[in-house]
Amino acid sequence: MAKRALEGERIRAIRAQKGLRQSAVAEACGISPSYLNLIEHNRRPVAGALLAKIARALGVEPAEISEGAEATLVAALDAVAGAAPDGAPPPEPSEEFAARFPGWARTVRRQAEQLAELERVVETLSDRMAHDPFLSASLHNVLSTVTSIRSTSAILTSGDEIEPEWQARFHRNIHEDSQRLAEAADGLVSYLEADAAKPRSGGLPQDEVDAWLERHDWRIPDGGPDGGDPDLVSDEARAAAARLAARAASDAAALPLDALAPLVAETQDPTEIAGRMGCAPDLAMRRLAALPAEAFPTRQAPGLVICDASGTITHRKPAQGFEPPRFGAACALWPLFEALHRPGVPVTRRLRTHGRDAAAFRATAFAATSFPAGYDLPPTVEATMLVMPVPGDGGMEVGMSCRVCATEKCPARREGSILSPAGQTAF
Amino acid sequence: MSGRVLLIEDEPNIIEAIRFILSRDGWHVHTHSDGGTAVEAVLKRKPDLVVLDVMLPNRSGYDILTELRATDETASLPVLMLTARGQKKDRELAERLGASRFMTKPFSNGEVLETVRALVGA
Repeated sequence: MAKRALEGERIRAIRAQKGLRQSAVAEACGISPSYLNLIEHNRRPVAGALLAKIARALGVEPAEISEGAEATLVAALDAVAGAAPDGAPPPEPSEEFAARFPGWARTVRRQAEQLAELERVVETLSDRMAHDPFLSASLHNVLSTVTSIRSTSAILTSGDEIEPEWQARFHRNIHEDSQRLAEAADGLVSYLEADAAKPRSGGLPQDEVDAWLERHDWRIPDGGPDGGDPDLVSDEARAAAARLAARAASDAAALPLDALAPLVAETQDPTEIAGRMGCAPDLAMRRLAALPAEAFPTRQAPGLVICDASGTITHRKPAQGFEPPRFGAACALWPLFEALHRPGVPVTRRLRTHGRDAAAFRATAFAATSFPAGYDLPPTVEATMLVMPVPGDGGMEVGMSCRVCATEKCPARREGSILSPAGQTAF
Repeated sequence: MSGRVLLIEDEPNIIEAIRFILSRDGWHVHTHSDGGTAVEAVLKRKPDLVVLDVMLPNRSGYDILTELRATDETASLPVLMLTARGQKKDRELAERLGASRFMTKPFSNGEVLETVRALVGA
């Protein structure tokens, strides 16, 4: 009871310190203000997914509620010390540092958080610059147009005599190119401004769909996209979202929640669920990934990745510590790609990611073959991988993509990493 | 200077500008815009020099250069590569495939003229 009392008091204290209204926090967590009031007055317990939601709404780590600010601070300092580039142990234990210099300790934590955020931005921008087809095509267009304007204007201003017919033609070309350049610049500015205002959205239809999914906690809302959804700007994005919603509805009809929920309480292994329900493993994976976070009270919600026969990712739902790349190719070591070579055979591997958000996962992948264009034409192969967070740290080391993976001597590396000095991640 | 130049480029206004400055310098300039039939155009026109863009419809300039170098009639033909991509790896790739020179957009008219003169005069 004492622990629960402390948690309720901490929630109330943090909310008051941040100047947040009880009703606003309750709405963000999907509970009533009166229920939050009961929690804050220690008359209702709080744990698991609800604790995580409240922590997110308050902008703190769950441990700051469950264990207190000092424990969280010490844990953060431990993480900073563990991530030191030279691997040297800190001069004093974190507890002693936090106790003697609490202000400096909070500053160190804030700077570490800023550093982590900057690293994420660098990763995203690097990924985008390397693989974003819109940026690549736009910049090529701008450079070609600038080349034309530069050459043509140099001819007109050279001082040499030019026939009137050629003069008129060059003036027209410069006019056309300047319009083209203005349009290209407008397009780039809109694209980059949208990106700055909403880092996960804007530009490509797939970005819009990702933003829409992310806003719905990576679960497809019942009924699919509505006409006024702010994330789905383009017709192509709306059509893609509608296709996802249609598939989700079909999946739900084939494996209803009423039948799935009792099973999930016993097992979260998609192959076992598929065997017991008599359905395909990829259907079981999609249905597990579609469940709300509350369905996984003892662990983080799973992630899901789907790719086509070329290995291109066509759908992604990140899990904590496992964020598939938005552009370019993913880590070739993922069981997802192993399954592509063995259609119809489930592949299961224990994986371990590395870096700041290192975590362990049980990944299950399955590739299904279909013949939508007829049996006399090449089949369509789609591979699906469910990434279920598991405790511990053992497993095969994998990354997200080579560009943001610092693993040295990886047998599957195809390009260097921005996270390591040149040459250390040779491929 | 005089000689035959085949300009393989798909941007119409760049074609007009380069054709003008080379023609005024005394070169006979033919143009071609499709990457897929570029090698046939080279074999038909038999130019003294090819100005070759990298990004073309239907086939990349790198592929075209590779085939030109593997063909007896064009193995030693001077080829000036033009590209909007100026990264070191692009330049190295062009050199490895046998480009005589590599020029990054946006370039100046003077650079183009000097390079064409140097390549054909060499």
